[in-house]
Amino acid sequence: MTMYRPDGPGPMRVPPELTSLNREFWTGGFDGELRIRRCNACGKWQQPAAARCRGCLSTDVTARVVSGNATVAAFTINHQHWSPTATTEPYVIAIVELAEDPDVRLTTNIVNCPPTDVRIGMPVSVVFEALADVALPLFEPAR
Amino acid sequence: MEGVLNAIADAGLTRDDIDGIAAFQIEGSAGVMEVIDEIGLNVRWFANVGIGPSQISAIFEAMMAIETGRARHVVVFHSSCEGTVRTTLGKGGSMPGSATAMPQRVSGPTEWWMPFGAPSAGNHIAMYAQRHFHLYGTTREQMAQIPIVQRRNAGLYEKSIYSTPLTMDDYLNARMITEPFCLFDCDIPIDFSCALVLSADDSTSGLRRRPLNIEATSTVLASRPSWDQFDDLTTMMLRDVGADLWKHTDLTPADVDVAQLYDGFTYIAMAWMEALGFCGKGESGPFIEGGQRISLDGELPINTNGGQLSSGRMHGWGYLPEACVQLWGDGGARQVPNDPEVAVVASGGGIFAGAMLVTRS
Ligand SMILES: [Zn+2]
Repeated sequence: MTMYRPDGPGPMRVPPELTSLNREFWTGGFDGELRIRRCNACGKWQQPAAARCRGCLSTDVTARVVSGNATVAAFTINHQHWSPTATTEPYVIAIVELAEDPDVRLTTNIVNCPPTDVRIGMPVSVVFEALADVALPLFEPAR
Repeated sequence: MEGVLNAIADAGLTRDDIDGIAAFQIEGSAGVMEVIDEIGLNVRWFANVGIGPSQISAIFEAMMAIETGRARHVVVFHSSCEGTVRTTLGKGGSMPGSATAMPQRVSGPTEWWMPFGAPSAGNHIAMYAQRHFHLYGTTREQMAQIPIVQRRNAGLYEKSIYSTPLTMDDYLNARMITEPFCLFDCDIPIDFSCALVLSADDSTSGLRRRPLNIEATSTVLASRPSWDQFDDLTTMMLRDVGADLWKHTDLTPADVDVAQLYDGFTYIAMAWMEALGFCGKGESGPFIEGGQRISLDGELPINTNGGQLSSGRMHGWGYLPEACVQLWGDGGARQVPNDPEVAVVASGGGIFAGAMLVTRS
């Protein structure tokens, strides 16, 4: 599994605190997998990860591997220099909708393309960047 | 303290009349305990209130305390030293939009955006604006009217932070922050305090000020309280509050004479115009085009003291005082000329929203 590595400093990134509930999501990328929890009783996807299904309140919820395919629902090109150690180059923050269920969205970065190429509706697929003990799901234009 | 005492005196009351107190308390702000102790209040009801459903939740709570008979005269306040904290901690030292120091690890809602170089609510609101641009053809030239018009209002207000006129060229050539937002789409952290007195309907005789009536309020939430899982990213939670507000009154959007709309970022004020029904969904761009409609002498004057964009980030607490000033006719050079009788106050953006209608009683 090749991880995405930025050339030079990337955006300001503060890693998440790992818990028993979110660990699969934040570490699946080390195995090349985007893992989202899904209710085994009614099939509803859960994001953020939850112990109980928001739809039917079942506690039979487990992580599943999803395709990593998604669509850009919204984005911004960030120019603000949030931290002295972060990149001064513009970068893209986006909200993407997963192919499995467009109601499941992730806030992420779009990488491996010029920021000005990003469009709403654009198909993208997941790549992972290591940050301490987590693998951040980022997205690049679908090939 | 000073602000609280001034508000009590302005109402024509003394501290002995005050039997309730509430504050919006977040990191870097004063709470009710220190004020109760310092000015020697004896209260029957008090509350420190957080941000949900809106930054002005303490005001909604105080209304309920009065309506349920727990108190007759409640002073509500918010003061913050965010401006100083932001300056002291330096770049990257605090969470944008707050006086909270930057953490080493994140959990809770921030877990979903802090790993992605998106520390500011502005990053999220910018994404909603970009989607609005995409769906409805909204332009930066249209959005620019919010800061341009409000800066003109700020020039007529002695307490504004920025008062020099802002031109379309200034706006279009400004440094970008998070597209489509440039510097002038974002409000400015300041130190401030704000205090008001709320009184029971039957306790207003003899007050120094003409009492104003809170005609209706709304704080509903009809979708997920999440910055990225909310069902319609362009409307945010504002949609439900805006629609619900009119169910509690015979007034309609056409009756509103002056609007004080949350403008932590320009787009939020546009989303409030749509949510409150001043224009149709997706139509706020054409609605404000040219700026005339939202100017002091337009059909819907907004943020008559310059709003948070020109007079500083008061965490949503500047709008109700300014609505009162306008309804009292005390706006001086910035007074709207239409002898306003109905004002709308809307606070919050993203997952926070609360609105109220205020009328001359
Ligand atoms: Zn279920």
